[in-house]
Amino acid sequence: MPELPDDSVGLVTPQTAHFDDPLALACGRTLPAYDLVYETYGTLNAERSNAVLICHALSGHHHAAGYHDADERKPGWWDAHIGPGKSIDTNRFFVVSLNNLGGCHGSTGPISTNPATGRQWGPDFPMVTVSDWVHSQARLADRLGIERFAAAIGGSLGGMQVLQWTRLYPERVANAVIIAATPKLSAQNIAFNEVARQAIRSDPDFHDGWYAEHGTAPRRGLKLARMVGHITYLSEDAMGSKFGRDLRSTDLNFGYDVEFQVESYLRYQGDTFSTAFDANTYLLMTKALDYFDPAAEHGGVLAEAVAPCQCPFLVVSFTSDWRFPPSRSRELANALIRAGKRVSYVNIDSPHGHDAFLLPEPRYQAVFAAFMSRVARELGLEETA
Amino acid sequence: MMRADLELIHRWVPEGAHILDLACGDGTLLEALARDKGVTGYGLEIDPAGITACIAKGVNVIEQNLDEGLVHFEDDTYDLVVMTQALQALRRPDRMLDEMLRVANECIITFPNFAYWRHRVHLGIRGYMPVSKSLPHAWYDTPNIHLSTFNDFEHLCREKGVHITDRAVGIGDHEGHWATRLRPNLFGEIAIFRVARQERR
Repeated sequence: MPELPDDSVGLVTPQTAHFDDPLALACGRTLPAYDLVYETYGTLNAERSNAVLICHALSGHHHAAGYHDADERKPGWWDAHIGPGKSIDTNRFFVVSLNNLGGCHGSTGPISTNPATGRQWGPDFPMVTVSDWVHSQARLADRLGIERFAAAIGGSLGGMQVLQWTRLYPERVANAVIIAATPKLSAQNIAFNEVARQAIRSDPDFHDGWYAEHGTAPRRGLKLARMVGHITYLSEDAMGSKFGRDLRSTDLNFGYDVEFQVESYLRYQGDTFSTAFDANTYLLMTKALDYFDPAAEHGGVLAEAVAPCQCPFLVVSFTSDWRFPPSRSRELANALIRAGKRVSYVNIDSPHGHDAFLLPEPRYQAVFAAFMSRVARELGLEETA
Repeated sequence: MMRADLELIHRWVPEGAHILDLACGDGTLLEALARDKGVTGYGLEIDPAGITACIAKGVNVIEQNLDEGLVHFEDDTYDLVVMTQALQALRRPDRMLDEMLRVANECIITFPNFAYWRHRVHLGIRGYMPVSKSLPHAWYDTPNIHLSTFNDFEHLCREKGVHITDRAVGIGDHEGHWATRLRPNLFGEIAIFRVARQERR
């Protein structure tokens, strides 16, 4: 059995919480009952004051850190930042990471069975919004006996959930970390999402979303959706330095097979994703992104939308992120400043584009760790491990 | 123990004020003001080490290059803007002065006095660009691109119609010297100016 790294949370086992209280959704429909799958790392202290909530991004899930078994090739998606001695130090904090409603990794979603029909939910699964996720996460917190999170933390779409937490449950979040996010999608962001959705929906195997009942899946469409998404996660420079114009063979072959390394990479990413992810979930999640706009109900004035927020914020962006560029994070920071909230804003120099939020980078880690140490100090958190 | 100029600013900032600290460094001043006087506000900084230190202290810090001005900040939204030892490193100190007095009615500004007698000795007698405690860099790597004297700054304020409401000078780190009023342009190493818009309300 291979040995796990010392700074890993080690082997982790997902758990499932079942909820029988119906959840009223923003779309007007109600989920009668649902499951949320989640993982926890570290130890909840006696005062239950050291819990940290991790909110995941578009294609994320509950497995944020550690390994499901010793043979797992890669640890959880945010293992670079969660673990003993890492930015989110599991020696001090009790980390809760869940799969959102509508997901395809164990929480109730399109691939679950609709109790009313006995069929898979499929395309009939209600559209969920960032606010719906936050309400469901609050119920999970209730279940775990967590009245107030020491911090809610998320990158990209996860950051939007954190922002919504501070607006909807201001007394339940002691600190907020919002990384590589935006207070709302731009027309260009929505345009990319629409290309992704059309790729899926126009796949002949989509069957209006009932593909499972036809024993198939819109893999070509989902692959295209992921390929286009992936382009927006990387920067031009990162792609350039990774692949340049490198060819897979020495000569041009004047055909449409894979020639350039970047083509090979994108196809591989698309193929892997299309067999591991559910297309209906992808559609739902992109819509949740598009709909997110907390300022809308305040005449477009974000500073008014954040008025209920009470906690200190850390807002982080990355210089080469063009999906949610630094200017969008700054827009959020400005609104918080205008509203007189406690906020720090940091723009990390990174060549890795939007994906930078997932990766380790010395300055990013230093800032993140400094913020979390201050959180631990102010809450008087002792080491629990 | 705070730097002597920060000690004095600490005394000048009113209780409970909402302030901006431009080039806030490691956040020492804002931390002390929040603790001792219930002051709120934000620091602006571009140095990564300073920013991390602010965050570790719980001081609100915004990563921003001051040469961009204060476009993100609205008119009259702060009680006071503080800028210590940064005016001389800006591309357009005159425009920054306008910006500071746009977002607040009052500002406290500190900068090294180029006409300090030791600096004059360096340049006027020895023929070298001054290097001192307040100007520690060599001519080729200094961030200080717009050095000035007390007289220069007072002249700029007069031209702009900016009120100088208080003024202090310092020599080295000793607080006892801050009261020095005798020929400040010659004996003062660091200038601390408190200025306000002409139309005081």
